Amino acid sequence: MSVLVDKNTKLVVQGITGSEGAYHTQQMLEYGTNVVAGVTPGKGGQLFMDKIPIYNTMRGAVEKTGANASVIFVPPAFAADAIMEAAEAGVALVICITEGIPSLDMLEVHEYLKKYPNTRLIGPNCPGVITPGEAKIGIMPGFIHKPGTIGIISRSGTLTYEAVHQLVEAGFGQSTAIGIGGDPIIGTRHIDAVKLLNEDPKTEAIVLIGEIGGSDEETAAAYIAENVDKPVVAFIAGQTAPPGKRMGHAGAIIAGGKGTAEEKMKALEAAGIHVVKSPADIGKKLKEVLG
Amino acid sequence: MKIHEYQAKEILRAFGVPVPESKIAFSVKEAEEAATEIGLPVVVKAQIHAGGRGKGGGVKFAPTAQDVTQYANDILGMTLVTHQTGPEGKLVKKVLIEAASNIDRELYAGIVFDRASSKVTFMVSTEGGMEIEKVAEETPEKIVKVAVDPAVGLQAFQARQMAFALNLTGDALKNGVKFFLALYKAYMGTDASLFEINPLVVTKEGDVIALDAKANFDDNALYRHKDIMALRDLDEEEPMEIEAGRSGLNYIKLDGNIGCMVNGAGLAMGTMDIIKLTGGEPANFLDVGGAASAETVEKGFRIILSDKNVKAVLINIFGGIVRCDRVAKGVIEAIKNIDTQVPIVVRLQGTNAEEGKKLLEASGMNIIAATELRDAAEKVVSTLKTIKA
Repeated sequence: MSVLVDKNTKLVVQGITGSEGAYHTQQMLEYGTNVVAGVTPGKGGQLFMDKIPIYNTMRGAVEKTGANASVIFVPPAFAADAIMEAAEAGVALVICITEGIPSLDMLEVHEYLKKYPNTRLIGPNCPGVITPGEAKIGIMPGFIHKPGTIGIISRSGTLTYEAVHQLVEAGFGQSTAIGIGGDPIIGTRHIDAVKLLNEDPKTEAIVLIGEIGGSDEETAAAYIAENVDKPVVAFIAGQTAPPGKRMGHAGAIIAGGKGTAEEKMKALEAAGIHVVKSPADIGKKLKEVLG
Repeated sequence: MKIHEYQAKEILRAFGVPVPESKIAFSVKEAEEAATEIGLPVVVKAQIHAGGRGKGGGVKFAPTAQDVTQYANDILGMTLVTHQTGPEGKLVKKVLIEAASNIDRELYAGIVFDRASSKVTFMVSTEGGMEIEKVAEETPEKIVKVAVDPAVGLQAFQARQMAFALNLTGDALKNGVKFFLALYKAYMGTDASLFEINPLVVTKEGDVIALDAKANFDDNALYRHKDIMALRDLDEEEPMEIEAGRSGLNYIKLDGNIGCMVNGAGLAMGTMDIIKLTGGEPANFLDVGGAASAETVEKGFRIILSDKNVKAVLINIFGGIVRCDRVAKGVIEAIKNIDTQVPIVVRLQGTNAEEGKKLLEASGMNIIAATELRDAAEKVVSTLKTIKA
């Protein structure tokens, strides 16, 4: 078991002929991900790498291949449209890698997706989702992961790789690692990802990586306190970040004194979560907790 | 992106939001002419990207022509220090000359994107002129919030809710409703991320006008608002942050002495955090992004070292797509070109990390290699201690 993606996931790549899309499709295929189709409007009928059929529309791709997931590599100005097209075509999972989508576009997407309760959006501005040994959907380096029982949730890319690396060094594999994204409006928040991993029988413990900005970590903490018995280890990035400055991610900003790392760490600790101050202690702490 | 008050007011005016008559002036002469054109009395207002200008002496009421000359003279060229500028202050290069309003009441209105509910949300309060964060903390019941349904936009009944909450009556009530509806259109029409009208004033004549205006815009949407992009004032930004942005790097200057260069925003913040926890002080946030090529690394170095406080540098790259051996070559190349004496700790992890480390060690340069994050932080902090000793 795992969550969101596994060896049965049939994936469409939206924007498969763009440079990012093409490169990462190859990487995903090498990892063993079941890529069944690509979509690039105007290039329908062609083949990608001589084997993967390209369609003009998501509807066409889903009808012909029975795909149940999509990953989006289209430029920011067109990404909101791509997400809505995927939902309308009926895929259950849409993972949007694209960074830099305007907030008002995502506001429309957020509203539109309410009509499609069976579609889950991950991201945007995220590295994707990987179930080691089964499927990788996104841009993370597959080889650093190892199959196992630790679920990971993170708003950041390379910081997730850092956590994965430490877990593997400490002898732990991962059930599924979910990059939820660094934007203010994302499809799946910490709390949603916690619910998924909590219900997954294979996941024994959860690593939650947050950062400054918003209050999603606090909301997840309240849920964990009430509903989660699995051990949770957490790290919040941005303890030294100055207020009022956007730290790279569109969502990583302390605004009006709110969204500080200190507040988040306090809320997580109060929920019985094992919070580490140093990003180097994630693996060590998990080993301590799981004994 | 932030803009000046006078620019924000031009945008509001274009969307039908009432603002006082005003003109921007870059010299005392222009200020005098503007005052003559508008008619006395006027208010002379310093234009910088920071709040608290009034308290810092940057906003003056000028009833006579002599006052206009005097205040424009005082304010233009002054270094204005407010709670938002930092102790170094901001040089004032322009003043807004604005018709004085016949103020009856001072209120507050703001629009933000509320992340918890994922809705554009109005905040109004009878406590005009105060910092809204302070009102929210001390008397939260004095802030009325109205969330906009994204499917239909702000409705007239919601604008009335706000107008009634502000105790507007008669003409002011009608004008207030119009004001909020127009303000919402301006926010959505410009891809704004924040509007703050503080104070929002009701005049003795029953007009409802934006006496001050602060506007921030969504950087990701600027590509479709060339007119707003043109309002960017580079004088108001950190020169090195602008320079970094041009090269696709994300740099934010801090006060410490350990420069850092990292790929990825989350890991960059985490690296700053571990430097601090290990007993050092980070000098900056720098995300070199996914590429981390020789050119970006060199550019990053130059930016970090332009800060004279920097006494050591930590490079932390977790290679995913980017290969560590390539990063190592980039680092070696960059150090050759830059010729610096500052100790440099390089931590490479991920794709081809071992090859990268070997390259660094074989380079014969003054580079300290590390493989784990903790190790890297300890090494960079200890180089600093050695320097002191």
